[in-house]
Amino acid sequence: MYLQTTAITRRTALLGLAATTTVGGTKFALAAAPTEKRLVVIILRGALDGMAAVVPYGDPALANLRGEILPPAPGQPNGLHDLGGFYGLHPALSGLHGMYQSNELLIIHAAAANYRVRSHFEAQDYLESGADHRMTSGWLNRTVAALPRPTTKRPEGEALALGVSVPLLLRGPAEVANWAPHGFSQPAPELYAAVAALNRHDPVTGPAIEEGLRARGFSASVMAADERPKDKYAFPALARSAGEMLHAPDGPRIAALEIGGWDTHTAQANRLNGPLKQLDDGLVALKAALGPAWTKTAVLVMTEFGRTARVNGTKGTDHGTGTVALVVGGAVAGGRVKATWPGLGTGQLFENRDLAPTTDLRSVAKGILAGHLGLGAPALNQIFPGSDSVGGMSGLIRA
Amino acid sequence: MDARTAQALVRFGLGRRGGDPLPPDPTAWLLDQIRQPDPTRLDDPPTAAQGLLALREDRATKPPPGESRSRALFKTQSAAQLANAVTTPAPFRERLVWFWTNHFTVSVKRGQCAAVAAAFIEEAIRPHVTARFGDMLLAVMRHPAMLLYLDNATSVGPDSPAGQKTHRGLNENLARECMELHTVSPLAGYSQTDVTSFAKILTGWSIDLKADSPGFRYRPFAHEPGGHIVLQHQFPPDEAGGVAALAFLANHPATHRFLATKLVRHFVADDPPPAAVRTIEAVLRDTKGDLGAASAALVKLDAAWLPGTKLRTPMEYVVASVRALNSPPDQIPNLTGILAGLGQPLWGAPAPNGWPDRAADWSGPEAVLRRVDWASGFAGRIGNRDVVEIAGDTLGPLLRPETQEAIRRAGSRRDATTLLLTSPEFQRR
Repeated sequence: MYLQTTAITRRTALLGLAATTTVGGTKFALAAAPTEKRLVVIILRGALDGMAAVVPYGDPALANLRGEILPPAPGQPNGLHDLGGFYGLHPALSGLHGMYQSNELLIIHAAAANYRVRSHFEAQDYLESGADHRMTSGWLNRTVAALPRPTTKRPEGEALALGVSVPLLLRGPAEVANWAPHGFSQPAPELYAAVAALNRHDPVTGPAIEEGLRARGFSASVMAADERPKDKYAFPALARSAGEMLHAPDGPRIAALEIGGWDTHTAQANRLNGPLKQLDDGLVALKAALGPAWTKTAVLVMTEFGRTARVNGTKGTDHGTGTVALVVGGAVAGGRVKATWPGLGTGQLFENRDLAPTTDLRSVAKGILAGHLGLGAPALNQIFPGSDSVGGMSGLIRA
Repeated sequence: MDARTAQALVRFGLGRRGGDPLPPDPTAWLLDQIRQPDPTRLDDPPTAAQGLLALREDRATKPPPGESRSRALFKTQSAAQLANAVTTPAPFRERLVWFWTNHFTVSVKRGQCAAVAAAFIEEAIRPHVTARFGDMLLAVMRHPAMLLYLDNATSVGPDSPAGQKTHRGLNENLARECMELHTVSPLAGYSQTDVTSFAKILTGWSIDLKADSPGFRYRPFAHEPGGHIVLQHQFPPDEAGGVAALAFLANHPATHRFLATKLVRHFVADDPPPAAVRTIEAVLRDTKGDLGAASAALVKLDAAWLPGTKLRTPMEYVVASVRALNSPPDQIPNLTGILAGLGQPLWGAPAPNGWPDRAADWSGPEAVLRRVDWASGFAGRIGNRDVVEIAGDTLGPLLRPETQEAIRRAGSRRDATTLLLTSPEFQRR
């Protein structure tokens, strides 16, 4: 146990917020945390085409389905990054290719959640709820609630949502901090304190202002303001900030981020380059910012569903089913593609249309929570209601 | 100011503007706005043709980002829309325009939509907010903004002459979102086959970008031949099939239920009271989708007059703040940039389902703090005016004694203004 004083403690004390936290005073003690493991979940909103990100170029039926939107083969200029003769990573994913080569990227292909709706909005709700219906809390929040209670509370709580709003994935009973780069000049602490007091008893704005001030105090204590990247709103900058906060000894251990731009109904080959590059740069930035803590980190990258196997009439793809999930991190047993490949030939597509799902996304998430955070089956079945028959995938995390 | 007037101004309006005269009868004031013509007079009314000409020129000249004609149009036209919201004498009508614009989201996240986004409001939404839903739906589905945003402009029937010749084909994006988000919603229990059939029906609904006055154009050569079945209903071939299918969807019972739920969520409470939803649903059914009648029925719901149930979205919040301080027209800040900073860039929703409409979606810690930050900056414009008086003028009996006390005790007029704008009651509508 050691004592530590940071900017946040001054700020919380000044704002009179300390009484509402368990920090209690201008100094707080940090005991051994229940977990030093870091878990990050990245939601790709809009449905990533898994067969564009991780191209099964060895499948003989592929060229016929989508020849006009395929990148060049491995070895050619701007070609796929080969992953061992059957799959290839999209050319924009060079950072992830490096992580694959250092066994830090595990690709789960032909994965899908357990519902078959092709509505973005229902599917995202279910993906984040971890159930086949919309719940008021998300599975990552319930994960936080299921972790052993820390002997001393982290100033920020265990979990952090990056971005202006908290996604359903992280909403729920467990306390969650929320941070985003801010663009407006800020008033003096005394005025913040007066605003917080005026809203203290309001069930909506009261807790939000308290949490927001705590998160900002904390982020100011771990991040140097003059080192902010130019486009502070872009995904790589957000991912780097997440890494910096997760890296801090008294920082949160669980974080959620999101990135859009995947709903490529038209001109897919062109439109996917940007979002894939952002995702790739973001994961590289996250790794760099985590530093040594990267070895204790697992990142799950997931999307609500995949896209049609056939290119549509406008060089894009429509809403589909099976797609990829990526598991990235120093703690991940990576360097491979884990899939029961369903094939793309006649009779092999789901509803003669989509990549058929052969892996339940819940088994991937459960496997990470079990292997990385040590959660047992009873807790996992509460986190994912109605999933008792779906076992966690083993071997995702390094022993 | 009595309680009912105060509630009318925030629940159905955009907040009182300065010391604007108070309506003697708040219910009549709201109903009059439905009956009377829209007072909006834009200096240079945006049109789709004008926007498409700009888009055409940009595609030819490829200007650097930020210097396109499309972007310039978006800047002036979005500023004009926001200025109109700040000054309008018919704020309920404007709220209806906002509601339906969000229901039929066209997002400038697709850059090609920037030049036609304001035209979309003026041509497809505003003329219909107190008229027939079916007419609005048809105007929306034929508008170049929607045809671009959800990709229908390039969708081609695979068995049409154009499809046979070019090997292009269907894009089901607009068909799916029209069923899911604009009309029947998943309540209707449609299948993938229904979506695909509807996409075929809509083939040929396109844009002629090359014409002298570019705009909607039905292209028979791209239309998938034959009749098609959607939700067990057979529709005729050609353009008439799309018109018939939209009329069918507009008046489907599931559409009435879905629209009623959204209207009640917006004007009554995050969790729509079932009785209120049934009332509005019945009005839509009995009037065959008369949105004026539905709007009037909302005003007459007792539940709509309970204060404090709705958190203002950033757009509602910023416009209400500018109205409260009664900034002169030449001192209205650049609201478009502010809205982006507050997490609700104007006409920039991340997805076709538009902006969410529940407090939980807008009350993330960072989101609420940004309002505080922005308000404290904006409060610098207060000058030497009496903040206690402004608070009373703006909120009337909704102003809580503790807020009034905090304003009185604040160390400066600017701090006092910040406290008014960040009080829980000002953040509600």
